[in-house]
Formats: sequence, C-alpha cells, structure tokens
Amino acid sequence: MRVLVYQAHPGAVHSMANKAMNAATQSVEGITFVDLYAEYPRVDIDVAREQDRLLAHDAILFQYPLFWYSTPSLIKEWQDLVLQHGFAYGREGQALAGKYWSMGITCGAPQEAYGADGYNGFDLRTLLTPMEQTARLCHMRFLSPYVLYGALEKRENGGLGPHAEGWRRWLIGLRDDRVLLEKANALDVVQEHDLNEVIQ
Amino acid sequence: MTGFLLLATVFLIAGVLAVPLASRLGLGSVLGYLIAGIVISPILHWLHVDIIEIQHFAEFGVVMMLFLVGLELDPKMLWAMRRRLLGLGGLQVAVTTGLIAVICMGFGLSWSVALALGMVFALSSTAIVLQTLNEKGLMQAQGGQDSFQVLLFQDIAVIPMLALLPLLAMPELADVAGQVSADQHGDGHGDGHGDGHAAMSLVEGRPGWQVAMITLAAVAAIGVIGNFLARPLFRFVAMANLREVFVATALALVVGIALLMSLVGLSPALGTFLAGVVLANSEYRHELESDIDPFRGLLLGLFFMTVGAAIDFGLLWGNFALVIGAALGVMALKAGVLYALARMFKLTGSDRWLFTLGLAQAGEFGFVLLSFTVASHVIPPEVAQIALLVVALSMLLTPGLFILYDRGIAPRFLQAQDAAAEDIDHRSKIIVAGYGRFGGIVARMLRQIGEQPVVVDYSSHQLEMLRRFDTKVFFGDATRADLLHAAGIEDAKMLVIAIDGKDQITHLVEHVARHHPHVHIVARAVDRGHVYDLYSAGAKDIIRETFDSAVRAGRAAYEALGIHPFQAEQLARRFTKADRDLLVKTAAVHKPGVLLADNAEFVELAKELNARMEEELLNAKDGFGVDGHQGWVPPPANVGSDPEEGR
Repeated sequence: MRVLVYQAHPGAVHSMANKAMNAATQSVEGITFVDLYAEYPRVDIDVAREQDRLLAHDAILFQYPLFWYSTPSLIKEWQDLVLQHGFAYGREGQALAGKYWSMGITCGAPQEAYGADGYNGFDLRTLLTPMEQTARLCHMRFLSPYVLYGALEKRENGGLGPHAEGWRRWLIGLRDDRVLLEKANALDVVQEHDLNEVIQ
Repeated sequence: MTGFLLLATVFLIAGVLAVPLASRLGLGSVLGYLIAGIVISPILHWLHVDIIEIQHFAEFGVVMMLFLVGLELDPKMLWAMRRRLLGLGGLQVAVTTGLIAVICMGFGLSWSVALALGMVFALSSTAIVLQTLNEKGLMQAQGGQDSFQVLLFQDIAVIPMLALLPLLAMPELADVAGQVSADQHGDGHGDGHGDGHAAMSLVEGRPGWQVAMITLAAVAAIGVIGNFLARPLFRFVAMANLREVFVATALALVVGIALLMSLVGLSPALGTFLAGVVLANSEYRHELESDIDPFRGLLLGLFFMTVGAAIDFGLLWGNFALVIGAALGVMALKAGVLYALARMFKLTGSDRWLFTLGLAQAGEFGFVLLSFTVASHVIPPEVAQIALLVVALSMLLTPGLFILYDRGIAPRFLQAQDAAAEDIDHRSKIIVAGYGRFGGIVARMLRQIGEQPVVVDYSSHQLEMLRRFDTKVFFGDATRADLLHAAGIEDAKMLVIAIDGKDQITHLVEHVARHHPHVHIVARAVDRGHVYDLYSAGAKDIIRETFDSAVRAGRAAYEALGIHPFQAEQLARRFTKADRDLLVKTAAVHKPGVLLADNAEFVELAKELNARMEEELLNAKDGFGVDGHQGWVPPPANVGSDPEEGR
C-alpha cells in the first residue's frame, strides 16, 4: 500500500516519544511523511494539496500524542477543512472510499488508567470512536491504532526505543502488504508486543 | 491702484464679517454674502463703483463651480442620468416659462415680453443652490441630485434662449432703446454669455452651417484637450513640484476653455462643465478640485455680494407692492411646478420638499438674460428694472426657504431618510495617502474585499508607472488640508497614512485627529520614536513599517538554523510580544522631539529591559516557563503513573 503518515505535535522538540517515532518513520523508504506543524506553523492548511495527497495514497495514518482524549488541535483543523462534503463524505463524496484510516498514538498514562476502573474512565477504543466514525463516514476502512501506553514513564526508563522500532516494522508491513489486517482489527489496539502476531 | 485696493478691502471686510456671523446664526453663507452686499451698497454708490461690471466679473465663479461640478461627474454618470436631466429639467423650464408667460399676458404685457420674462424667471440660481446643497451635505440626497439635474438643464437651456430672444425683438422698442442704451447701457454690458455680440467672436456674421461647424469643433476641442493634452501637461507641470505653477495651469485651463466658448457664442459655464466631466476620470481630479475651489469660493462670494449691493432700494420702495408681490408670486408658482414634477418623478418625503423649496428662486442667469433682452430690444428697460429686482429679491429669500427646510421639514422625515441613506452609501469611504510599496499593498488588500479606496500620491513618476498597470491613483499632496477635503475626508471612515517622511506623517495625523476626529487613522511609523509621536498625535493604529517583515526575516533565520517551523513561529510571536512590552514600558521616558538615542534615560531603560528580555528568551529555550508564553509543555513523568493525578 502507498502509506501516508501525518505527524502532529505542537511541542515536537519536547516529545521524546514522537521524536523517536518521527526518526523511525523517516527511515522507512517509499512512504510519505508529513509534519503538519512544520508544514502549517500558521494553521493555513492548503486544502487542495492535502486532498491530492489523500488521493495519492491507500493508507492514511495520523501519528500524535493523545491530548484530552483527542488529537492535537491542528489535526482537528485539518479534518474540518480537508474532509469536505462532496469529497470525503456525502452522496458525491466517494474520493476516499476503500482507503485505510489508522493512527499511531502515544498516551502519557499507563494502560491501567484506561477502562471503567482506570482514572480515565473509558477504554482507549471508546475514546477513539470519533476517529473511527470519521473513517466510516468517509467510506474508509478503519484499522486498529498502533499504541504506546505510559509514554511519560517510558521516557524515563528507556521504553521508547522498542516502541519506535515497532512503529517502523508496522509501517514497513503496511507498505509491503504484510500486515494481516483482519487479525490486527481483531485487537482493540496494536502494541509493540502484538506485532509478531499481525505481521507476516 | 488705491481705488482697486480700497474696493477689495471693502468687499473682503464685508464678507469676512458677515459670513461667519450668518453661519453662526444658522443662515448659511449665501445669505451672509447677500446681506454684506446690501450693507456696503451705500459705500459702493458713494465710490461710484459699477456694481454690474463687478458682477459680470464675479459670474466667473459660476463658471468655476460648474467645472468643479463636472469633475464630480464622469461621463458614465452623466449618461445614466439623462432621463431625469431631460425629463425633470425640460419640463421644469417649459412649464414654468409657459405659465409665467400666460400670467404676464393676463397682466396686460405683450406676448413677446411675457415669453421673455417667462424664460428669465424659469431659471433658478445654480450658484446659491449648489453652494447651499454642498454646505449642508445634501448633494447626495435624491432631492439634491434632482435639483442638480434641473440646474444643469437650465444652464444648457440658456444657450438656445440666448439664440431665441432676439427673434422676440419689438421694432418700436428698438427706436426708443437706441437712445436709452446710448446713455444708460453705453458700455454694452459685456456679460458672460452675450460677449460674443459685443466683443470678439469667431462666429459673428458667418452663415449658419459655418457657425454650427465651428461650434462643434470647439466642443470637440474640449474633449481633445481634456483627454489628450491635459494629462501630459499636468504631468510636465507636476514634475516641477511647485504648487503655484500647478494652480496657474489649472486656472489657465478653466479660463482658456471659458474664452473658447465665449468666442463661439456658447456658455462658458457649459464649456467648463464639459471639461470637468472629461477630466473626472483623471488622476489629477482632486488636485484640480482643491486648486480651483478657493477661487470659486471667493468669486461666488463676490457675486452674491454684488447681488445684494445691486438692489435698487429707491426703485424697490417706489414699487414695493408690485416687486414683493411678483417675487412671492414667481416663487409660489415655481414651487408649485416643482412640487408637481417631484410627485410625477416619484420624489418622496423630505427630498420632495428639498427639490420644491430649493429651486423656487430665480437665478443669476436671469440677470444675464435680462441685460441681453434689453440690449436686443425685447423688454422695455423699465420692466427689466423691476424684473431685476424680482430676481434679486427671490434670491435673497432663498436661504430663508432652506432654513425652513432644515428646521421645519427635514426633521419630520429624519427616520425615513436614514434608512434610505444607508441604501445609497453602503460602502465605507476610505482614503489611502501614498501609493508606494506600503500604501499600494494596503490599497490592494482593500480592493480585495470590494472597497474602492480613494488613493492619493504626490509622485508623478509613481503615477506614470501605475498607469501602465491600469491602477487608479489621484495626484496630490495628501498633507494639504484642501486636498484632503477634495478627496472627501469629511465623510471618510478611515484614513490610511502610507506616505514617506516622518514629519509629514506626524503632521497629517495631528491635523486629521484634530479636525476630523471621526476618521479612524491607520498610520505608518518610521521607527520606534515615531510610534510615540504618532500616539501623542492621536493615531490609534500605528504600524511600524519594517517591523513585521524584519520579524519574518528573523523567523526565516530560525528555520534555517533547523528550528522546527512551529517553534520558530512561536519564538517569533514571543519576540513580537516582548518587544511591544518594551515599547510600552519605555514610552514613559520618551520626550517628544528628542531623538531616542539622545535621551539618556531612555537609552538606560531600553538597555536594561532589552538585556532582561534576551535573558528570559534564552533561558526559556526548553523551560517554556517565561511569563506570557503559550505553548505545549510536557507534564511531569509521574502524571501517568500516579493515580492521584487522575482524581
């Protein structure tokens, strides 16, 4: 598949996790990497250009830190402008039909914080339903996100390296059509230790 | 020489005293001039001044006024109003002339005298009405517009009237008048319109077809002069950069065209009006307006004073009932016709009354026709004398009618008027002073949203360049009050000052803030010290001309150093904010008129604050903790693992 990765982090220099993931993304040949905050530091999103990008790829991935159970604001702005009626959704909006939509998310809190018993109250997939439904309305196929839990902690104890390396494998797998999509979708979220199962 | 100076002094002092007084009493300048004229008339008599001669000279003010009126109207607008011009104007002249003629015949006058008087009284006073409409800001109201169209038609109608009148001549009058004019009108009364007959002429004694050809050629010449000769001439003159030479050129243009028209027996007022229309699209329009306007004002003032001074009170007291009755009768009849026309042409509310009351008087062209009718033996001099008084008296009463309109009628229609006014003028008026690299961008941005700013620039070189891009800019020095007036500062919403020259900018801000406080000023500041000057001068929006682009250059440098573009943007914003804080904090020690570098206190404080600011920015590199910073900061590591954090 032709893979497009949108990375968004308003404090890119401070995020060790995303820095590592960016380096991993950029090391993969034959995929497209877009740093949204670098491209649109003044939030002046070029809609036509972004739509062309979407048309030229089969898998659209958003790589971002989970902020307030959602995305950094620039991704939301990107969605508001680029996913136009008549292009992405609506009777005539079939441009993205059949493409894959997924995310690479870093969560500051550990896995236990998510779910009815955790302090975040809901499991992660429930919190991600807006993204999932967005993909569905755009006639796209939603692929379970590749997730890092406890990023703040792992920054301290060296857990970021394996996660970034896993992200690299995940991207290469998607590029080379070696990800077992149904198997991956059977999982709520894909983590580094799941990769052997879902990649051929 | 002393005679001339004495005369000038008398007129000037009378005007200077009477007009402000009349204005203060709310009577308008025209009535002030008329009263001044009446007051000085004994002095003029005692000095043996030929008032009528001065009046003919002063009539040139009317010529200039029509030139200015023409400048406001481009050919397209003129064409668009042809229906009302011919319909309203034509009917007003025809019906009024007819009715007055019939009534005069009812009083036992012969039909030819009656018809001539009808024409004389049908005309209204362009001078009084336009002056008053402009003064009261009623020119743009529908009633004002229609009044103007009727006046314009009348001014044009004077020409065929002058041609027609000699045909009404009474042979028996010619004999008597032969002697009368020998002693009374021996000077031939060289009036502006009849000049061709008394003085030089290109058409006298030629066959009809030649006259027609010459006349057409003269009108065509105005078109050629306005379209092709005026622009290169003005550009040439503008290069000299001498104000008075430009004024002289403008005067030469107006006087020359008036002369040309007189030579071919056309109305000079009509000729200069046409020249004005031709030049209405020119970039020199506002400059011409502001150059000619003072002359127009002075000459018209003089003209009104002569009208007042020419009233023959002996004759008036002798025929008091007749003159008063005739003046009131003429005005009532004219008002009646105007009211009917206003209804017919669907003028409503206060506009209908403005039109009715404003044009009800007889006018200065009436004087012209009267002297001409006497000279061509149409009307006996006794009748003409009385008619002259009637015309003068009706002009004298006109300001009263405007006052009646202002106080009695307009307030009643105020609400309806407001809604209509918004409809007409939905666009805000913006003036951009200076069309260089700075003003040009502002003007283009304003056009992008559909505004049509009035752009003024004083560089003929710049104008020449912009012409090639079909960009419309007016020539003129925006720092001059009269040019700002011509560009319409009175009803402007905003003035963007984009001219070069620190002091000129400051003076312009001071002037506009003081005299036109309703205008929002966006001013270009040359440097930091200038910001303070402009602030104390009253500017609200002060833009440092190079600051924004310099910050962008700094941001580009950040990015080139490998700083993430989003962070570079944030750093640039933070710098901008810190610098503005610095500007505000150092404002207190700024001394107006003292260079910042010479102000020891300022230098000391600026150095201190600058050092502190740099230190803060530097330390903030990854702390992101300095005051005022807004950006994403990572939470501490324990946030994720400490469940207490989630409570």
